[in-house]
Amino acid sequence: MKTRVYVTLKNGVLDPQGKAIRHALEGLGFSGVRDVRAGKLIELDLDDQVGDEEVEAMCRKLLANTVIENFRIEREGAGGAGA
Amino acid sequence: MKSAVIVFPGSNCDRDLAVALEAVTGNRPAMVWHRETGLPGGLDLVAVPGGFSYGDYLRSGAMAARSPVMRAVTEAAGRGIAVLGVCNGFQILTEAGLLPGALMRNANLHFVCRDVPLTVENSQTVFTSRYEAGEAITIPVAHHDGNYQADRETLDRLEGEGRIAFRYAGEVNGSARGIAGIINEAGNVLGMMPHPERMVEPAHGGTDGRRLFEGLLEAVG
Repeated sequence: MKTRVYVTLKNGVLDPQGKAIRHALEGLGFSGVRDVRAGKLIELDLDDQVGDEEVEAMCRKLLANTVIENFRIEREGAGGAGA
Repeated sequence: MKSAVIVFPGSNCDRDLAVALEAVTGNRPAMVWHRETGLPGGLDLVAVPGGFSYGDYLRSGAMAARSPVMRAVTEAAGRGIAVLGVCNGFQILTEAGLLPGALMRNANLHFVCRDVPLTVENSQTVFTSRYEAGEAITIPVAHHDGNYQADRETLDRLEGEGRIAFRYAGEVNGSARGIAGIINEAGNVLGMMPHPERMVEPAHGGTDGRRLFEGLLEAVG
């Protein structure tokens, strides 16, 4: 089963990469970009028996550093498909 | 003093650290590969070196922190054995939960590689006893992810408990409160971004890093 984990910086954590991207967009002539936050998308292909709790444990133990990052899990067929 | 240097795929300061330790202590450290599940017996110090373990995949230090040997390092730290993490080693120790906070991309996005002035904040630790509190020293940094961040509560706690060992004397990478190195609550784990092993011999351009190893030798034998 395909599962997507979105890892994003917590609110308030400075994102220098996002800032640089915003400046680059400005440089290309795109106006109206107020802010950019960069994150990660991690796609997992999991056996069907892998439960939600286990995916959450994977996020807490490795995929995200919860000191600075939040994570959101999207499981196919569990309402999050088609995103 | 009996020491071990942990070696990960992508470590590149392991040899420098070993050379510095041998020069100061007279004993050659054991080089311990990351796949090992145990450490040599009777250790006084475990050193986690700089480099780019696992190519900095996912986050700097994230993969190394979960490698088999780190369970043994965590267990050794729990027993009170001194643990020193330099640069990538500092990142690994925070990822392993041995030190609080996280090291993020430098605020200006640049890789910083130069000698930096530091202030010794706490000279009452097993790592810093050969320095004076408030002393200005110079030690090089070489990193892309040295921007220390933690929530305000953690930062206040670090300050209040004297757990900031070194602070940058000027702006280097955006670190909260200029933090360059911190110790854990028990005082036996130090993580720092600057490289003391690169300031040991006069030929290095300075010897301000040498006293860290001398202090350790004095403190732990």
